[in-house]
Amino acid sequence: MKKRPPRTSIRAVRDPVNPWPLRTCVLRLFVAGASVRSHQAILRVRELCANELKGQCALEVIDIYQQPGLARDSQILATPTLIREFPRPIRRLIGNLTNQAQLLAGLDLGSVREAALR
Amino acid sequence: MKTARPRRSRPPSRLPKCPTGIQGLDEITGGGLPRGRPTLVCGGAGCGKTLFAAEFLVRGVVQFNEPGVFMTFEETAVELRANVASLGFDLASLERQEKILIDHVHVERSEIHETGDYDLEGLFVRLNLAIDSIGAKRVVLDTLEALFAGLPNEAILRAELRRLFRWLKDKGVTAIITAERGREQLTRHGMEEYVSDCVILLDHRVNNQIATRHLRVVKYRGALHGTNEFPFLIGEKGISVLPITSLALNHKVPEGRIPTGIPRLDAMLGGRGFFRGSSILLTGTPGTGKTIVSANFAQAAGRRGERVLFVSFEESPDQLIRNMLSIGLRLEPLVRRGLLRFHSARPSLYGLEMHLATLFKEIATFRPHIVIVDPVTSLMEAGTDFEGKAMVTRLIDYLKAQQITSLFTSLTQGGHALQQSEASMSSLMDAWLLLQDFEGNGERNRVLYVLKARGMAHSNQIREFLISNRGIDLVDAYIGPSGVLTGSARAAQDSREQAEALTRQQEAGRRKQELQRHRASLERQIDGLKSEHEAGTDELRQIDEQVGVQTRLLSAERTELGRLRQADVPTVPVSRRIRQTKSAQHSP
Repeated sequence: MKKRPPRTSIRAVRDPVNPWPLRTCVLRLFVAGASVRSHQAILRVRELCANELKGQCALEVIDIYQQPGLARDSQILATPTLIREFPRPIRRLIGNLTNQAQLLAGLDLGSVREAALR
Repeated sequence: MKTARPRRSRPPSRLPKCPTGIQGLDEITGGGLPRGRPTLVCGGAGCGKTLFAAEFLVRGVVQFNEPGVFMTFEETAVELRANVASLGFDLASLERQEKILIDHVHVERSEIHETGDYDLEGLFVRLNLAIDSIGAKRVVLDTLEALFAGLPNEAILRAELRRLFRWLKDKGVTAIITAERGREQLTRHGMEEYVSDCVILLDHRVNNQIATRHLRVVKYRGALHGTNEFPFLIGEKGISVLPITSLALNHKVPEGRIPTGIPRLDAMLGGRGFFRGSSILLTGTPGTGKTIVSANFAQAAGRRGERVLFVSFEESPDQLIRNMLSIGLRLEPLVRRGLLRFHSARPSLYGLEMHLATLFKEIATFRPHIVIVDPVTSLMEAGTDFEGKAMVTRLIDYLKAQQITSLFTSLTQGGHALQQSEASMSSLMDAWLLLQDFEGNGERNRVLYVLKARGMAHSNQIREFLISNRGIDLVDAYIGPSGVLTGSARAAQDSREQAEALTRQQEAGRRKQELQRHRASLERQIDGLKSEHEAGTDELRQIDEQVGVQTRLLSAERTELGRLRQADVPTVPVSRRIRQTKSAQHSP
């Protein structure tokens, strides 16, 4: 059976410091409409949550066309942008996430696991 | 149907322009920046790009009611507000009124990991949101080059920038994009490739330890523009560009005349003083009384109730007032009544541009009828010769446009060579008075000439210039066979002439008395002759009477005798016979 990606908890996004019982990872993906790049990024990040993070992750996908105010508040410049809100520090990854090495280095999953263990 | 397009009657080739409101810039560009198109403003660090852009937005709101978006990539909104507040722009209140929106785009290379292909749609969305939320007509992007530092993939960036400028044009906003000056190109990252409509270059140069800002319109597609470098300055009221050459010589001239406060000088100037709104140059060697003439002029104007701005680069106001009191000029009451204002500053305090700007500001607030600059030469020393002259030209142009009479004093070093060097400045002036020292007989005496006075018959003569504790007096210098005499030599000559006159007077008196005596004696003689003559006449009359009686008796006797003899032939007429008898009587 196909695993469902975890649903985004609004509370977790609003308060990323103490978001969510599992305390592993909060991700937000900003995309611009339904472009090819957006699709690639969304697919890749869902895969990531399911596999590498083993579901211990909150993901929010935001379409900046729908919510332009969030683009400003989150300092979005390029799309797609993936923001690791938790654990701190905040990390930003731009691009369609196809470069696996850069993606893993950028997310720094080691620190994510460490945070999960604590 | 006809009301829909009343403004379309202009020629279609004319590029619509967006006035910046920046003082002087709209003159150079013939009305402002190209409307609905991006303009590139480039320049080195600290040359005022951000302030230029900020002023464009603020003036857009305040003067033209066009809201604006300021998208900043370097400074945060808080920093920006603080920085432009120094120019008197209150961004925060304009933001509250939703006329200006500041969006800080945070770009930090260390926080960004590239994981594949991307675009800058986020920037577009934010810009779009900002523009639509306040209905902005103007946009500033300061500075997009931060993106080059923040985003690693230059190929994507360039493609996206091209798209951005296209998008801005389609959006119909007038945009200013700032960029750092490059080494060989106009901008470091070749932004001029994308912005092809209008490019403005700002520059900040140091010459002789004094920094001057310059502005040049490098390119303005589809419009005529001034191509020169124009000095500009950032003052307390924002940027002002000071065009030198775009000023046309077409100011209106007022008709009236204004007395100088020295009646004899007025007399030399066709009897009524200088023209109102003219520029007057007063040159002289040190200590010839330039400041005194100026102060006299100021006082005379103040007494007429006119406002005078006295710009002094040598003396403080108190010192000036005290010194002028010693020759009987009371300036202090005029200061108290607000008719006379002093502006004292050391010439080396700041550069020429700044001096000019502070003067303009002072003039704009005080609105004087007369401006006196004492001396303009020490101000000119703050820059190069060329700059100095350009500055004086601009000052004069400004004053003439405002119909303000200006008096500039100029310090010369003595001798005639320097008088020639003043010629360059004198061509700007309508009237030129020369104060000079005459040395001789162990003293120096001041003299005054009117070298030129456009538009009036003026005296070509030298006047001696006397300063006493009652003020200034002009005296005719003695011009005679021994040359021009002034001071004690003139006084000596005067007394010599007086003595001569006295002698001449006495001589004449004596001669007059003599003549009168002679005349009296002649009159006496005439009286004697007259009485003699009258006596002769009496004697003659007596003789005549005697003769008449005798004749009558004789003829009566003869008639009687004849009648007795009964003679009938009267022979000789009686009268002839009488004559004969008379001559017979005289002859013995």
